[in-house]
Amino acid sequence: MSAPNSSFDPVEVTPLHPDEVARMREEALAAIEAAADLAELKEVRLAHASDRSPLALANREIGALPPAAKAEAGKRVGGARRDVGQALKERQAVLEAERDERVLIEERVDVTLPWDRAPRGARHPLTTVAERVADLFVGMGFEIAEGPEVEAEWFNFDALNFLPDHPARTMQDTFFVEGPDGGESGLVLRTHTSPVQVRALLTRELPVYVVAPGKTFRTDELDATHSPVFHQLEGLVVDRGITLAHLRGAIDAYVEGVFGKGLRTRFRASYFPFTEPSAEVDMECFVCRGASVGDPDAACRTCSSEGWIEIGGCGVVNPRVLTAAGVDPEVYTGWAFGLGIERTLMFAYGVRDMHDMVEGDIRFASAFGSEN
Amino acid sequence: MRVPLTWLREYVDLPAEVTARRLADRLTLAGLEVETVDALGADITGPIVYGKVLTIEELTGFKKPIRFCTVDVGRANGTGEPQEIVCGARNFSEGDLVVVCLPGAELPGGFRIGARKTYGRMSEGMICSASELGLWEDHTGIVVLPEGFGQVGEDAIGPLGLREDVLDIAVTPDRGYALSIRGVARDTAALYGVDFHDPADMDVPRPTGEGHPGRIEDPELADRLVLRGASGFDPEAPTPLWMKRRLHQSGVRPVSLAVDVTNYVMLELGQPLHAWDRERLSGTVAVRAATAGEKLETLDHVQRSLDPDDIVIADDTGAQALAGVMGGVDTEIGLTSSEVLIEAAHFDTRRIARASRRHQLSSEASRRFERGVDSAVQLAAATRAVELLAELGGATVESAYTDLDRTTKRRPITVKASHAGSVAGVDYPEGTTQKWLRAIGCAVETDGDVVRAVPPTWRPDLTDPNDLAEEVIRFEGYENIPSIRPRASGRGLTSSQRLRRAVGRVLADVGFHEVLNYPFLGERDLDGLQLASDDDRRSALRLANPLNDGEPMLRTTLLPGLFKALARNVGRGMNDVALYEMGLVYRPRPDAPPAPILPVDRAPGADELALIDAALPEQPRRVGVVIAGQVERAGWWGPGREALWADAIQAARDIARVAGVELEVEAAQRTPWHPGRCAALYVRVDGERLLVGHAGELHPRAVKAFGLPERTAAMEVELDRIERARTPVVAPRVSTYPVATQDVALVVDDSVPVERISEALAEGAGELLESVRLFDVYTGEQVDEGRKSVAFALRFRAEDRTLTAEEAGAARDAAVAVAAERTGAVLRG
Repeated sequence: MSAPNSSFDPVEVTPLHPDEVARMREEALAAIEAAADLAELKEVRLAHASDRSPLALANREIGALPPAAKAEAGKRVGGARRDVGQALKERQAVLEAERDERVLIEERVDVTLPWDRAPRGARHPLTTVAERVADLFVGMGFEIAEGPEVEAEWFNFDALNFLPDHPARTMQDTFFVEGPDGGESGLVLRTHTSPVQVRALLTRELPVYVVAPGKTFRTDELDATHSPVFHQLEGLVVDRGITLAHLRGAIDAYVEGVFGKGLRTRFRASYFPFTEPSAEVDMECFVCRGASVGDPDAACRTCSSEGWIEIGGCGVVNPRVLTAAGVDPEVYTGWAFGLGIERTLMFAYGVRDMHDMVEGDIRFASAFGSEN
Repeated sequence: MRVPLTWLREYVDLPAEVTARRLADRLTLAGLEVETVDALGADITGPIVYGKVLTIEELTGFKKPIRFCTVDVGRANGTGEPQEIVCGARNFSEGDLVVVCLPGAELPGGFRIGARKTYGRMSEGMICSASELGLWEDHTGIVVLPEGFGQVGEDAIGPLGLREDVLDIAVTPDRGYALSIRGVARDTAALYGVDFHDPADMDVPRPTGEGHPGRIEDPELADRLVLRGASGFDPEAPTPLWMKRRLHQSGVRPVSLAVDVTNYVMLELGQPLHAWDRERLSGTVAVRAATAGEKLETLDHVQRSLDPDDIVIADDTGAQALAGVMGGVDTEIGLTSSEVLIEAAHFDTRRIARASRRHQLSSEASRRFERGVDSAVQLAAATRAVELLAELGGATVESAYTDLDRTTKRRPITVKASHAGSVAGVDYPEGTTQKWLRAIGCAVETDGDVVRAVPPTWRPDLTDPNDLAEEVIRFEGYENIPSIRPRASGRGLTSSQRLRRAVGRVLADVGFHEVLNYPFLGERDLDGLQLASDDDRRSALRLANPLNDGEPMLRTTLLPGLFKALARNVGRGMNDVALYEMGLVYRPRPDAPPAPILPVDRAPGADELALIDAALPEQPRRVGVVIAGQVERAGWWGPGREALWADAIQAARDIARVAGVELEVEAAQRTPWHPGRCAALYVRVDGERLLVGHAGELHPRAVKAFGLPERTAAMEVELDRIERARTPVVAPRVSTYPVATQDVALVVDDSVPVERISEALAEGAGELLESVRLFDVYTGEQVDEGRKSVAFALRFRAEDRTLTAEEAGAARDAAVAVAAERTGAVLRG
């Protein structure tokens, strides 16, 4: 390297001569352009952009120039190096893209190959439907109440105003639990989820807004539409100023939530000992919307061409039930309903036979996934 | 209750244009659920006409006697010539008035009548029997009508009432009044706002003297007894066609005039009647309780042992009828009975219900008494019956009769006039309540905004203000009630409820299908599990009335149900099956007392509820799984993996993880698991170890007993117990410093459980340890016989600094030292 020399003309230093810098730049750019792949480009980078490249070496000469000449020479060499660097970067991107296109194509696989190595299971649709219905009410601020399946007769009947010899008590086809030595136990398999009403009122603070999904039992032989073990969802509201209008609103919420908007519901006066007044609830058939009634050519399998589908029973909580549960019927009123989960599933998904719901065949539950 | 529409119309001025279908819809919405509308005779087409038999020629030489008849059908056949008809019946004579089907007519069931050659003659039609016309069941011959019943050649379809719409109403237990034409007519009249003519509204002259002696021994048994006689009755008098037809349409079989009359009046007025042969009765007719050991043969020819709770109708010789349920054979009205005594009584509802249940005998009478019969209709009903016997059977109505009336006046129900509206959520116009209560027969007084209503005698169901509200609302119509969505401010699901859902989802995610098995168990199931005779799972609740005698118990374990469901799936060709169930088991408490029946006029006290709790079995929630076949399938990626004991245990660990609880696993022996491949599963509750269940491979004997695939694995845990081990989560501080990993290989005796080694390592490693994980187990040449080499990966990390190699090494050495001390582990060279 030369010593500083004020009389020295940069133009006279060969590597820094403008023509020489331009030549080195052109040479580098040409080599970059000519690099056919990433490996060649790597060579080019070494030759023209490394610390040993001609432009880098030229750059070192700048220090030997007189101060007046340094700026111009620096500008000239720096510009050339920048251009070379930019060209390298661009060529690198182009060559990488070319490589990616080629290599990744070569790596392609058959994405239709199965990967059912560890198959998933499924929850039972009765479970998920019950949750779905319960959640409709949880969304309205209700809580989920629970009670035992083996229940005291008092909770299952007496507290619900089923008098000891009332015909309604025999209508229920009750499973009775045998006491010790074959005597009476005072216990039954609950015939409905309604005893949870009494339990909820006895244990919760008023007002009470609850739903109670659960298993229920009656002595029906298993057939296409009956099962000795089935599921209900009880609803109970006890508050001040509660009327049938709120009950209707709750039923409508269920129908809309499960079957969709715009379906009419109707109440038919009926009888349950624990509600007075009582009603059976129907919803408009969501398949034919009543078009099948009286038209044998348009028979509807879903509603048997009745136009209506029975979905449950309901009514105003009998003040006698409130009394037995320690609630003052002069101050509080309420309503209750009971919906069938099996019926909901049958209608919502077209399940034809109760056997499918009780036999535990994995093909049945699988069809529903884990959440539906 | 089957209601022929023309019968109903006799008591309601129902507009002619109201069809049976429309009426059915209205009644149904108002609480009288019409299950079906039977359009009887809708498929009948004429010509069906009256005919007079002119000549009968007996044809012989056939297997049965056959008659060739000529019948005058007027001009109905177009010619006026006698109609020639071949007939197989023999119960008619020349000159009889009969019903003739002419060719072209169609009878019920699509039975077309044509002219055809039969028995060597042309038969141009048919002389009809009651069955063929759909009138009632009678295959003994053709219908012979009384002289003058109709004009020869005239249409008989209308006059015979061959077409009738019948409403079949499913009467709810509270509406006993609707088990009568009278009751349905009253509601119908109210619904349509038309006049109602009460068939029980009749002036019955006071008795001219004592009738047949009668006695009510206890007014608790019955509060009304009417005995009214009809003498000189012609036992051979036939029941008129209209009555038989109506009985048949109402579902009651015609028997004989005396019996038919009692049934007819029962259908009309709702009052069950009994017709006695007075000559077979000796002495006073008494309503009394049966005596213990008393016997009675009822009309269905069953010898019954009576209970002191039964009510009987007795004469001086003993019980003659099971009151309100069924009569006895000894005093049955017979073909020669000419002295008829009609009994109409009002029995205690609950006693009749009990008797009907006790004797498993449900009759038209008991169904009505159980639901409540009008307590003021007995005299009208008995009178109506004897008058019919007089009119139709030539009897003389006795003007002296017995009427014992112990009924009490009903007290008024006081209710706010606005009550019905506040129940419904509808602002009904003033006077609405009073209007409807009067329509159903209440005596109503209004005092300001208070209404005092005395319910009618036929509505024993009306006792409370809400009963009255229901009457108002059902007539006003439920369709007028607005729909208001309720809003509450609950706190969402409980953590226990959320846990259950999450457990289900996790099990489904890892491959298990949920099943919902019946909770019924049999001895065979318990034996199949290979349970010892003293196993606690054999101590199960029993049902008094199981559906299947082979399964009288309530489950104490979920396993048999799961096993059977698995076998069912395998039997249907599914080889790889993993099932789970979440549900209750029922554990009886030893020496549990019976659950008391508490009062209902107040809330039970804590002490009373405790008595119920003491009687109820424990009902913990369990989760069980069973798994067989491949859990990982073979495929293009390589071989599959068969389910094994470890999958069952892992399912329990997965459940515990959902709950945020660590499961401790220990070798155990418990049926129905393989004794060498069974784990007991524990959690820690306040430092104490609590057994939550077992898992592993099943014992080959259990596998065989339930027909399961070999090596089937199963798990059962009590979710409630896992829940008890849950503790509040303390959020960890997540260190961002690098991890230091150290692997150690230890040689231990084969019998040392891995879990004990990893526990020791964890304890020895101290606070810097982030995790310890077993990654290899080796037995073979490189280790001594009876020993195994286990390799663990230890990860160390500090919260506040990068660990040096020395620190990590020291922690590892400390871990190994504790493992060596506890388990005899030696660091492998």
